[in-house]
Amino acid sequence: MLEHYLSLLIKSIFIENMALAFFLGMCTFLAVSRKVDTSFGLGVAVVVVQTITVPANNLIFQFLLKPGALSWLGVGDTDLTFIGLICYIGVIAAIVQVLEMVLDRYVPALYNSLGIFLPLITVNCAILGGSLFMVERDYTFAESVVFGFGSGTGWALAIVALAGIREKLKYADVPEGLRGLGITFMITGLMAMAFMAFSGIQL
Amino acid sequence: MKPLRNLLDKLHPLFAEGGKLQKLYPLYEAIDTFTYTPGEVTDGAPHVRDAMDLKRVMITVVLALVPCFFMAMWNTGYQANSIMQVNGGSVEGWRGLLLELLGYGGNPNSLVDNLLLGAAWFVPIYLVTNIVGGLWEALFCIVRRHELNEGFLVTGSLFPLICPPTLPLWQVALGISFGVVIGKEIFGGTGKNFLNPALTGRAFLFFAYPAQISGDKVWTALDGVSRATPLSHAAEGGVQAVIGVTSWFDAFFGLIPGSMGETSTLACLFGAAVLILSGIGSWRIMSSGLVSVVAISLMFNLIGSSTNPMFELGPHWHLVLGGLTFGLVFMATDPVSGAMTEEGQWVYGFLIGTMCILIRVVNPAFPEGMMLAILFGNVFAPLIDQLVLKFHIKRRLRHVQG
Repeated sequence: MLEHYLSLLIKSIFIENMALAFFLGMCTFLAVSRKVDTSFGLGVAVVVVQTITVPANNLIFQFLLKPGALSWLGVGDTDLTFIGLICYIGVIAAIVQVLEMVLDRYVPALYNSLGIFLPLITVNCAILGGSLFMVERDYTFAESVVFGFGSGTGWALAIVALAGIREKLKYADVPEGLRGLGITFMITGLMAMAFMAFSGIQL
Repeated sequence: MKPLRNLLDKLHPLFAEGGKLQKLYPLYEAIDTFTYTPGEVTDGAPHVRDAMDLKRVMITVVLALVPCFFMAMWNTGYQANSIMQVNGGSVEGWRGLLLELLGYGGNPNSLVDNLLLGAAWFVPIYLVTNIVGGLWEALFCIVRRHELNEGFLVTGSLFPLICPPTLPLWQVALGISFGVVIGKEIFGGTGKNFLNPALTGRAFLFFAYPAQISGDKVWTALDGVSRATPLSHAAEGGVQAVIGVTSWFDAFFGLIPGSMGETSTLACLFGAAVLILSGIGSWRIMSSGLVSVVAISLMFNLIGSSTNPMFELGPHWHLVLGGLTFGLVFMATDPVSGAMTEEGQWVYGFLIGTMCILIRVVNPAFPEGMMLAILFGNVFAPLIDQLVLKFHIKRRLRHVQG
């Protein structure tokens, strides 16, 4: 059993890396990767939010939306999956808001370092993507905790590596038309090529 | 040599500022500094004189590669000749005509015959690599008004060595173009890239045209001959399958099919000695890579697996098969794309060795893992350096404050 969760963790961090295998969360990935420190902060925020929202959405899916999920209320054959998308994004937004307030009140130090990123990642597609993958692959609650943590960590790892490369390339003489986003896209592509090392691993 | 110097001096005004051909100055400068010591010296007040400039660093790497060049040609010829001796067949096309003119006999025990046949496959790939790659390099230098530097000499020597002999020449041109332009020049040229350009080009070909760079048909310089590399044998049937096709010493000396320059561990060891003695290649990266390869493969040996025969391949086999040693000696130690801090180099080497064995053993999609392992290491090298620096700063701060 432990082995199953371990392989799910490795799969979600490396093999199915959110940023470099699915190219999710690209806007923040490209925009907030100029410095290692900031992108590390953003990465941690993504890990935290992902680890909370994916299991939360899992519960919503299991007990409210899934075909026949409302049987515990005595209502038999319902299928509410069509409002899934709006539910998940609402849950994510709500959780991020609550999390922000809780952090502000009780852990101001962490709030100050994460603060600006938290609202930013409410609309990060890696976060929503994590919840949708969870539904698509029919994860159990425990699996969704592992998957949420793993996919967040994979995304954080990728953005920190990208920031390291971009800091190294600060003095690179990039052709004028490619400066900024252009070269970052190129770097992301080349990084994804290196991450192809994991494609094909069966766990 | 005097006339050449005079000629260069006479041509100088033509290329210098205000001359007719001043746009082509990088080309003139390249020929000048390639043949003679550069005339310009630093004259500002504090400067260190060191004979070890970029030019000498790069030339030393190329010299360290000479045994690999030799083995690339000899082994390519030897593999094809020994098959032809058993199965019959002959060298076809223009290669056959050329070889006949040169008095080629097709004997796998003859040094000359092997070298001739190998050269007929290796030299075209080498030429295409250097002409096409050199053109890109020159183009970027002219547009940017840079000097043409020797960084490309190394890329242009490494790239043909990691190609299978039968790679179509247009793919060679495409691969080196991708490596030089996307892997290096768009970042500003030598010293600014973050991936090894030769490996970037090869990885591009590997994913774009897998049929011509992987599988069983590409490793022998003969049409339609199917011969798997020992590593794919290992992926099929473990140690027994490898012993079935080659002995450890054959693999060590490089008498196995594979990418042209990577088969001979002995030639790579010579290169490693040159690089370490001259201080160009980092001994830290090489030794930590070696340690991790041994450690991780022993770990897999211990774990064992009933379904995956790669688990039982010992470290002594991993080291002599495929491109592991070649990559560790010549590619992982690339001073530009590798880690630069001393502690970082230990981590970086360890990461590459670990990844290589992991890919080989765990990933059934790729029997060989060195190329992707090094690219993966390159991606994380800047981050490793950053963390090491941060750690140092923290430690020093404590001393200051304490």
